[in-house]
Amino acid sequence: MTASFGQVLALGDDALVAAQRLGQWCSRAHEMEEDVALTNIALDQLGAARLLLTYAGELEGAGRDEDALAYLRDDRDFRNLLLVELPNGDFAMTIAKLLFLAAYQRDRYHQLAGGADERLAGIGAKSVKESTYHLEHAALWTLRLGDGTEQSHRRMQSAVDEIWPYTHELFDDNDLRPGWLATVEPVLAEATLTRPADGWAPRGGRSGRHTEHLSYLLAELQVLHRAHAGASW
Amino acid sequence: MTAPAPLWEVFVRPRRGLSHVHVGSIHAADAATALHNARDVYTRRQEGVSIWVVPAAEITASSPDEKDAFFDPAADKVYRHPTFYQVPEGVKHL
Repeated sequence: MTASFGQVLALGDDALVAAQRLGQWCSRAHEMEEDVALTNIALDQLGAARLLLTYAGELEGAGRDEDALAYLRDDRDFRNLLLVELPNGDFAMTIAKLLFLAAYQRDRYHQLAGGADERLAGIGAKSVKESTYHLEHAALWTLRLGDGTEQSHRRMQSAVDEIWPYTHELFDDNDLRPGWLATVEPVLAEATLTRPADGWAPRGGRSGRHTEHLSYLLAELQVLHRAHAGASW
Repeated sequence: MTAPAPLWEVFVRPRRGLSHVHVGSIHAADAATALHNARDVYTRRQEGVSIWVVPAAEITASSPDEKDAFFDPAADKVYRHPTFYQVPEGVKHL
């Protein structure tokens, strides 16, 4: 059984938008080492996005390749989660987003790796190792910021509080939330952070209703290709 | 700007059977972060299968001032080199 265009597109858009956001840290992290770490993760996301969007294009069968899907769609046609399009904020905010996203992506890719669609299984098997590392990296920083200084604790807690509502959307098309909570909650606890209560749960990314942030992100992502169609390095 | 995090020396084992080789240094606040940073900076292109990070401050190094006393005496002791032996045929990895 093969997956649908919509399912694969959603996964590809998550990875593409996450890559673009993380790439914005290039030259801006607090240390060169972390700069390389975040952009490495961005490149992992981009690699997964390329595989997924290429496959999505084939499933659609309308002749769209990865570039057509990445560069020539408008925000309403994107199916990514709201969480990945949110601005980077401060470093704590970026780490909170990465922690929640990586914990979800790891389990999602693991599920795909054992699934019926062979092509997706291959992509999942490759990406699950990368997500495992992303999760480790985000957890490492969550512990250090949460259980660090008074200021780092305050900012990490506020980041977790701000991002938490957006995590509900991650599980609209799957049953991975219990496993995700089992991953995330101990990290928050060890980092002396309070796990936010479930309440407001904004969604809409999967149906193309995005925050205003996505349009700005896409403008930067797509401007070159739209101005010089087919340009290559 | 706060002071940079402590310096760590990074050693990478390229593959099984070889020893860890010094590849450079990185900054990190603690050992686990140092390992992550070393992984991201020095093994992006499949350079290794194992990494050691060592606090640079913990390394005791020979002093350039002592170079003569430390190393020169070995210069004229050619008999310490195993070059006076015939290598038996078929012996590998010598």
